[in-house]
Amino acid sequence: MFEMTKQALRAFMVESFLFGEETGLPSDTESLIGAGIIDSTGVLELVAFIEDRFGFTIADTDIVPDNLDSIDNIAAFVGRNIPNAAAA
Amino acid sequence: MGKVLVHRGPDDRGIFVAPAEGREVGAGLSHVRLSIVGGADSAQPMLSADGSIAVAFNGEIFNYVELREELRARGRNFRTGGDTEVILHLYEEMGEACLSRLNGDFAFALWDGRQRRVMLARDRMGVRPLFYAEHAGTLYFASEVKALLQVPGFTAALDPLALDQIFTIWSPIAPRTIFSGVSELEPGSFLIADTGGRRISTYWSLDFPDAAEAGAPTDENEAVQKLKALLEDATRIRLRADVPVGACLSGGLDSSVIAALAAEQVPKGLATFSITFDSPEHDESGFQAMMARHLGVRNHTAHCSEGDIAAIFPEVVRLAEKPLLRTAAAPMLKLSARIREAGVKVVLTGEGADEIFAGYDIFKEAQVRRFCARQPDSSIRPQLFRKLYPYLPGLQKQTPATLAAFFGADIAALNDPLFSHRPRLRATAAAKLFFSGDLKAQLAGYDATEEMVSSLPHRFARWHPLHQAQYLETRFLLPGYILSSQGDRMAMGNGVEGRFPFLDHRLVEFAAALPPRMKLKGLNEKHILRKAMADRLPEAIGRRVKQPYRAPDSRAFTGAGALDYVRAALDPRHIAAHGLFSPNAVCKLVDKCNANPAPGFRDDTAFVGILSTQLWMDTFAKASTNAEKAA
Repeated sequence: MFEMTKQALRAFMVESFLFGEETGLPSDTESLIGAGIIDSTGVLELVAFIEDRFGFTIADTDIVPDNLDSIDNIAAFVGRNIPNAAAA
Repeated sequence: MGKVLVHRGPDDRGIFVAPAEGREVGAGLSHVRLSIVGGADSAQPMLSADGSIAVAFNGEIFNYVELREELRARGRNFRTGGDTEVILHLYEEMGEACLSRLNGDFAFALWDGRQRRVMLARDRMGVRPLFYAEHAGTLYFASEVKALLQVPGFTAALDPLALDQIFTIWSPIAPRTIFSGVSELEPGSFLIADTGGRRISTYWSLDFPDAAEAGAPTDENEAVQKLKALLEDATRIRLRADVPVGACLSGGLDSSVIAALAAEQVPKGLATFSITFDSPEHDESGFQAMMARHLGVRNHTAHCSEGDIAAIFPEVVRLAEKPLLRTAAAPMLKLSARIREAGVKVVLTGEGADEIFAGYDIFKEAQVRRFCARQPDSSIRPQLFRKLYPYLPGLQKQTPATLAAFFGADIAALNDPLFSHRPRLRATAAAKLFFSGDLKAQLAGYDATEEMVSSLPHRFARWHPLHQAQYLETRFLLPGYILSSQGDRMAMGNGVEGRFPFLDHRLVEFAAALPPRMKLKGLNEKHILRKAMADRLPEAIGRRVKQPYRAPDSRAFTGAGALDYVRAALDPRHIAAHGLFSPNAVCKLVDKCNANPAPGFRDDTAFVGILSTQLWMDTFAKASTNAEKAA
């Protein structure tokens, strides 16, 4: 499930932030902010995607790098909120 | 060569030729004149009394009156009343050491027939441009590259490293230019060319006291008085002209200060000029009108709509001669057209105050980042970032932890020489995502920021962090972007000369020596300038927080009304033809920007950068190719 969530996140990032350029995708542990993948607008796009795709609402206090600044962190965050996340 | 620069000098034209003699070099000077100081007797190229020295000069020597008196007192005779002849006399006496005596914005080429050599020289801050290239054993030089492209057989090709630098810093790192094989003479330097080759030397560079000395007690009231005197004099000598001098009013502190000082010295009434926008986040017409009323002057306005920006952008790129990541140069071209239409060809502006008195947000941002790094777990400190950028809605919605992550507020980064600028450099460089595979392969992992670091002077490490940030801004962005793409090029595109009292080198040196707390006091930028000028400005302007000069970017070009040239430039086949960007990625970017008129920083940057690079290729590289074919 964790891996499927990550695949969904990678696909979203390639399409929305990398404009189809897969080679620009950072590793699962790399900081998305540090790699320049997401900026302040990008964070909001990411939050909207997670809410739409995985069907839960993210509290403002959860919009922090510990939850959202790497593919691994996001997948774990999604997993904590929706145990069957990837099937959503 | 001179013919293509006639926009810079529509008033007169002249040529000087010193043929080569045996193995000794010869030279040719071609000049187009914007007549501001001196009448017909000041035609150029101008020769010395004995005919052995000739000079072709762009710009002004503002202290020419004092220098002429000094030279006369030493027995020198003057044939003209202008500033050009002062250069000839001073050079005759001092050689290249004469540069340290000149207070001005200048770029000149001087032929010394006695030593059979050419000297090229450029002002300290880089107000006036000067480019050179060697082709078939001959050194060519000009104020704009388009003149060099007239040299038979010389063609334009894009320098990939320069493009990488633009997509990181907004400007190439001088002497590199976007034109492969063309160099820019760096500000504060001169070049000597003779039979022995060519040598470049620096006669001035920006310096700051060591950090330990920067905090030394200084009487603020004394500093205020000194600042007033210097600024008044810098403005006074920049009003010297045989034609009317106007002033630009942006509505902000800096231009209001200069307009106020100029208005005191122009008894007949000063003409002022402003740019206005449709969008409230860019428009400052309320403050412009307030300042005009305060001064009792007639303010001339030029309105710039998004449609205007799109319509004139190809001309903006042609004049700027480099790819641009922002459209802010376009309104400046509209403004210079308005100035010229009003019969004015010289204007004073407030340019330079943000660099020398630490006015830009980036200085405050670096201060907040340092503040946050000292207490990484604080959830209160990062909220200051919201205060810094009230005009960026995306940032207002972020949590403190996310803000701290965006701005790299971690303690490990504090030793980075580019600490102050790293978030901006990183955010800008994100647009390199769109570079094509071929271009990425050519760049082979090149990192423009490493070149920035390696080009810093040794003394940089000893400066206070604010001074380091000021140096980076003044060295890497001011001459190559602010004074060039947004400044000289857009003004000269309509034969208008901008003059910048804040960039008088006496003032620059004075400000550099001030303790950091007198410039950035807490989060109040330009503290000492506000204090010195408070009694000359309406309170609302004197206390106004810096609003960055911006213009609508990608949204000027997108949507249903996109112009044909925009569609053509961004067409996937055209993108593929130039080979610099990924057609597929650009296609998706265009779709995204068409769907969302308020894209993020990276997407806005990428859109304008890609469009302007495509236009640059069409204008210069393609034109060269065609000329080559025709030949």
